[in-house]
Amino acid sequence: MDIIIIEWLLLILMAIGAIVAIEVRDLLSSVIAAGIVGFSLTVVYLMLQAPDIAITQAVVETITLVMLVAVIAKTTRKGTPTPWASVAVISSLAFLLVLLFTFEFGMFALPEFGSMISRDVSEYYISHGVADTGAINLVAAVILDYRAYDTLGEAIVLFASALGVAAVLRSKVKKGGEE
Amino acid sequence: MKKGMSLIVRTISRLIVAPIFLLGVYIVLHGHLTPGGGFPGGVILGSSIVLLIIAYGYDVATKKISYNFTRILDAFGALFFICVALAGLAIGYLFTNYWKIWTLTFEEPAEWLSAGTIVVSNIAIGIKVLGAIAAMFFALVVVTRLEEME
Repeated sequence: MDIIIIEWLLLILMAIGAIVAIEVRDLLSSVIAAGIVGFSLTVVYLMLQAPDIAITQAVVETITLVMLVAVIAKTTRKGTPTPWASVAVISSLAFLLVLLFTFEFGMFALPEFGSMISRDVSEYYISHGVADTGAINLVAAVILDYRAYDTLGEAIVLFASALGVAAVLRSKVKKGGEE
Repeated sequence: MKKGMSLIVRTISRLIVAPIFLLGVYIVLHGHLTPGGGFPGGVILGSSIVLLIIAYGYDVATKKISYNFTRILDAFGALFFICVALAGLAIGYLFTNYWKIWTLTFEEPAEWLSAGTIVVSNIAIGIKVLGAIAAMFFALVVVTRLEEME
C-alpha cells in the first residue's frame, strides 16, 4: 500500500479522534480519544523517519494519559455542559474556513515538502557532525552540542512544570510530608 | 491508590518494572548511538516509578523512592546539566562539546564513550526528567491520599 495513503488515513483518524475528544461528554472517553491523536502522531513520526521523536511522543503520550486518567479517577468523569454550544460550533467553523482560505494562498509561498531551505546548515551537520562531536546519532549531536542551549530551555520548562505542580499542591503536600 | 490494585496487576508490575527501568537506562546511556536520548529515557525511567505507585500504592512505593528524593533528583539533574555546560567556560566554550578541544581526540565514533559531553548531558537530563515525572505524580497522589484521610 502506498505510504501516502496510510498517512492520509492516520491524519483522518487523528481528526476524528480530536473531534470526539472535544464533543464527548464523558471525560474518560475524551482523554482516551485524545490518546488516539497522540499515538497516531507517533506512527506518523515513524513514517517520516524520525525515530527519536517517535519514541519521545509515544512515551510522553503514555505518561500524560496515565496522569489524566489518574486525575479523572480521583475527581469526576462528568464534563460540564457547554453553554452557547451551537454558537461555538458555527463560529469555529467560520474561523476554520477563513483559516483554510488564507492557508491556500500561504501554501504557495512555502517550499515543497521535504526540500531543504537551510541546505548549508544541514549539510554541515551531516558532513561534520561525527568529526565534531563523536556522536553517531546526529539528533543527539544537534540537541546536545550544536543546539544545547535550546535543550537547556526545554529542561527548564519541565523543571518549571514540576515546580508548578508542587506550588499548587504545596500546602497539602507539606501537611502530608510531616505525618 | 492507597492500597494499590489487584493481585494480577501487582504480579505483572513486579515482573515488568525492572525491565522498564533497565530499558530507560539503556536509552539514556546510548542516546548518542541509537534513537532516543536523555528525555525519552528519563520519561521511561519515570514511568516505571509511576507504574510502581499505581500498582502497589503510595505506601509501598515511598519505601523504594520517596517524594523528597525525586524532588532532589529533579533539581540535581538540572544543576548537573548546567554545570556540564558551564564547565566549558574554563577553556572558553559554553554549551559546546569541549571534550575534543580539551583532549584533542575522540575515541572511535561507534564506541560508547565516543561523544564526550553528550553522554554526560544525556545522563543529567535523564536524571532530571526522571525526577520531574515521578515528583509530579507523587505530588498528585499525596494530595488525593490526604483528601481520603480527611
